[in-house]
Amino acid sequence: MQTPLDNDLTKRYREQFGAAILEAIEDRKQAYLVIEAAQLEEIARYSRDVEKFDLLEDYTAVDWPRREKRFDLVAILYSFSHNARLRLKIPLAAEQSAASLVEIWPTANWLEREIFDMFGISFSGHPDLKRILLPEEWQGHPLRKDYDILQQDTAWVRENLGIESGQ
Amino acid sequence: MGPGKSGDRERAVAVKKTEAVRRQKRKESDLRNVSDTLQDDAAQKQTLLGADELILNMGPQHPSTHGVLRVKLKLDGERVRGTECVIGYLHRGVEKIAENRTYQQFAPYVDRMDYVAAVSNGLGYCEAVEKLLNVEAPPRAKVIRTIMTELQRIASHLVWLGTHALDIGALTPLFYCMREREEILKIFEKYCGARLTTHAFRIGGLQYEAYDSFEKDVERFCKDFERRIQEYVDLLTGNSIWIGRTRNVGVLSAADCIALGASGPVLRASGVKWDLRKAQPYAAYDQYKFEIPVGTNGDTYDRYMVRMEEMRQSRLICLQAIENIPAGPILGKVGKVLKPPAGEIYHSIEAPKGILGYYIVSDGTTQPYRVRIRPPSFVNLQALDKMARGHLVADVVAIIGTLDIVLGEVDR
Amino acid sequence: MNPTLHPVLAFLQTWWVELVCGVVIIAVVPLVAGYLTLMERKLMADMQARLGPMRVGPHGLLQPIADAVKLLIKEDIIPDNADKMIFWLAPVTSMTAALTAMGGIAFGPSFLVARDINVGLLFVLGVSSMGLLGIMLGGWASNSHYSIMGALRSTAQLVSYETAGGLALISGLLLAGTLKIRAIVDAQSNDGVWFVFLAPVAFFIYLVASIAETNRAPFDLPEAESELVAGYMTEFSGFRWALYFLGEYTNMIVVGAVATTLFLGGWLRPFPNVHWMNWLDAVPALFTAAVGVYCVLRAGKQPVRVQIWFMWGVALTCFAVAVVLGLPLLVAQLKFMMPGLNGAFWFLLKISAYIYLFMWLRFTLPRYRFDQLMHLGWYILIPLAIVNVLAVGVATILELEYGWNRWLALVVTTVFTLAAALFLLRVNDKRAAEASSAAPPEQPSPEDSYAG
Repeated sequence: MQTPLDNDLTKRYREQFGAAILEAIEDRKQAYLVIEAAQLEEIARYSRDVEKFDLLEDYTAVDWPRREKRFDLVAILYSFSHNARLRLKIPLAAEQSAASLVEIWPTANWLEREIFDMFGISFSGHPDLKRILLPEEWQGHPLRKDYDILQQDTAWVRENLGIESGQ
Repeated sequence: MGPGKSGDRERAVAVKKTEAVRRQKRKESDLRNVSDTLQDDAAQKQTLLGADELILNMGPQHPSTHGVLRVKLKLDGERVRGTECVIGYLHRGVEKIAENRTYQQFAPYVDRMDYVAAVSNGLGYCEAVEKLLNVEAPPRAKVIRTIMTELQRIASHLVWLGTHALDIGALTPLFYCMREREEILKIFEKYCGARLTTHAFRIGGLQYEAYDSFEKDVERFCKDFERRIQEYVDLLTGNSIWIGRTRNVGVLSAADCIALGASGPVLRASGVKWDLRKAQPYAAYDQYKFEIPVGTNGDTYDRYMVRMEEMRQSRLICLQAIENIPAGPILGKVGKVLKPPAGEIYHSIEAPKGILGYYIVSDGTTQPYRVRIRPPSFVNLQALDKMARGHLVADVVAIIGTLDIVLGEVDR
Repeated sequence: MNPTLHPVLAFLQTWWVELVCGVVIIAVVPLVAGYLTLMERKLMADMQARLGPMRVGPHGLLQPIADAVKLLIKEDIIPDNADKMIFWLAPVTSMTAALTAMGGIAFGPSFLVARDINVGLLFVLGVSSMGLLGIMLGGWASNSHYSIMGALRSTAQLVSYETAGGLALISGLLLAGTLKIRAIVDAQSNDGVWFVFLAPVAFFIYLVASIAETNRAPFDLPEAESELVAGYMTEFSGFRWALYFLGEYTNMIVVGAVATTLFLGGWLRPFPNVHWMNWLDAVPALFTAAVGVYCVLRAGKQPVRVQIWFMWGVALTCFAVAVVLGLPLLVAQLKFMMPGLNGAFWFLLKISAYIYLFMWLRFTLPRYRFDQLMHLGWYILIPLAIVNVLAVGVATILELEYGWNRWLALVVTTVFTLAAALFLLRVNDKRAAEASSAAPPEQPSPEDSYAG
């Protein structure tokens, strides 16, 4: 279902950033670009200012533990003027951190905190990177594939809830 | 007497110890004043932040936070200087669960996120998986889906209206809204057996055929509803106290909305005439004529007007839809076992609260590899800080109400 | 006889009526206030398309008793660092003030508690203002920063609106010419018209002020749960809270009684002196009899036997009251009783209507924010009340010194007051428009770490 993509948009990105655009793919009629993590901020700025993708609709990550670059940061951009979406995928290695997009799209604030919470990916330049859904002292990053579905931070549960967690 | 038993006894002893410690702590804290704890917080923070600032905690249990939401307000006298939301009290790990269920098994979980508008959640998920499978629901299913989703939009906005008015002090609209919502829930119950967490749609279409008097029930509700909306308008829209409490409260400009990712009625009230049902139509929305209500100021009053008008437009969509529900099958060609080819999809719909998006990654097996749900309430709640600054404490409650958040969706 | 007993007996001989009345008030009024809460809940339910309390007693009629029992048996929690004496005193003060104010009110030409003191209305007003002390003490005794703030707010609200209400009452008193309760109603009887028709603006101002004084919606911010600052009542639980609550409802009765006495003609029937309207004298008996007939008709439709008996009991009570009210009309020797009995009926009817209006407004209107509340009181209501006093004063002078027709003078001055009211509202709208188009709420400094 995935076919390489070579439309005007991709050409413009390739012109601007050359090798930083690793791949351009179309999957089920939705386009995404795989980009270099080092150039994330420039590409994001270019997307917002020149290509007019003014809404960061979603920002999340996917964990591929058997790959060399374990995580895939996925940013879904939407342009009101063009009524078009673009997905940016940024492969990241396990301990690698990414540049924060808060300066460019303020909505990234909580979205990046959730990625940090669930995956453990840090964002440099984020004003307040701490856990958002889980308690601050929680150990472990649940959406990683090596975190079992029944696993819990039993020490935290014992201390704070006073129960022995049944899981 | 095996190792398991002594382990049990040790665990029991440990539990008893922690219980005793907690009981002692509770006794000590019971003797203190309820608001003493607030005073302590306040005293502590005074040294850190300066003599004029106070941190007030709107705790997780509060009649007006619409769920378990904790908001820390940084106050200067009566004015709010900043807010910090602490969320996660309702986090259930839905995205992790999705990786351990098949596509059909995950569908009921999706209802439980925005539990006030379960049908929309289901619509978004089913359509996303259908895109992943490259199947389309048959036309009859699409139309019935549209009708159900618009009814759900009305129901969701009714809950919002009732609770928002209650927070601001108007006691009566809540009961009138619940009365109307009761009719919609009766239709849902007749259709799929459930009122709240409906699991109404299936991947590929619908499971249940529209019951015999479906069109008649919907028509009767819609015909009655115009008069009821007028009741709410009479109670609130021109009321000078209501206007005084909602005008210029929680103003969010259009640029701020887009920058903060706020969507739905929040975005439209700030002046951006954009609705995903018109921009990228899904289900059967391209067949019907409806308006997109827009506000001018981006304040609470405008959001109120936008949502009221949205209810009217939903009613019009329903009336148009029931006139001509196409005959035909209700379920598309999907097998019993769903194994979408490897790849990914992002699909979003205009849920009552904003843009609800599903990003699903498939690795070719029967269970999704990753399901990411883009919750509108989560992103909208980020805007609370910007909206609440400079207002009085009494306005914070109105602002939280006007964002229309459901904590099930914020926390998932 | 024992020499010390003599003055006591003498005292009792002269004052026994007042003492009995006082005891009756202390015993009965809290019960009436409790049933007012039931009436409020039932009315609220009716306006909200539901039924209200139905479970305790037939149609929920024993609900206040159940609530009272529950509150009495609740644990009495006193905050650790609270001043125990004042903590005990605060709700008692509130309730005492309200009950004492009841003592100055007359329900009929002969239903007085105290002798007809010559500063009757002022006494009622002054004593009911003592309730402020109860609020302040309550906030202080809770030993909590937020309770004190809530109490201060409540006090500020009460003081502001009492000023406006007092000024409105002055307008009415200018028409009456006296502070004695019985004389005020007699003045209305002599003029043949209730003072509300002579000074409608004053009545309206007093209505608004009395809603604020009793902490009712839309001015109930100190009591609202959805606001963060705890009200003065937070730390009071169980019967202490019940005292505050009953004090509030008793205050409603007091305020309704004052409005009825001064503006609504007290115990006079509508058109008190118009001779061809004398048939209105039969209304109390007929009304009560009609209620009885309604109960009889409904009795057969009750599902449960105890409810059937209950409805019959109510019907028979209504008929008995109707007979008592109707006897003076039929039996000539008992005619002297008529003003008293009928008067009490009309008085209670008017208070009920006034309180019904309070409750209706509570269920309909949202709540004012505190700054909006104070703005309304000081910028609109007090200036209007002052203008109104001047206007009524001018009308009175015109009538007395220059021989104008009373009605003409008052119509002219009322028109002038209404014009002043419109002017005030326009000025306020303009000021509000300017304020909103002025600088938006301050934006914080960029280094603020509360960015989300």
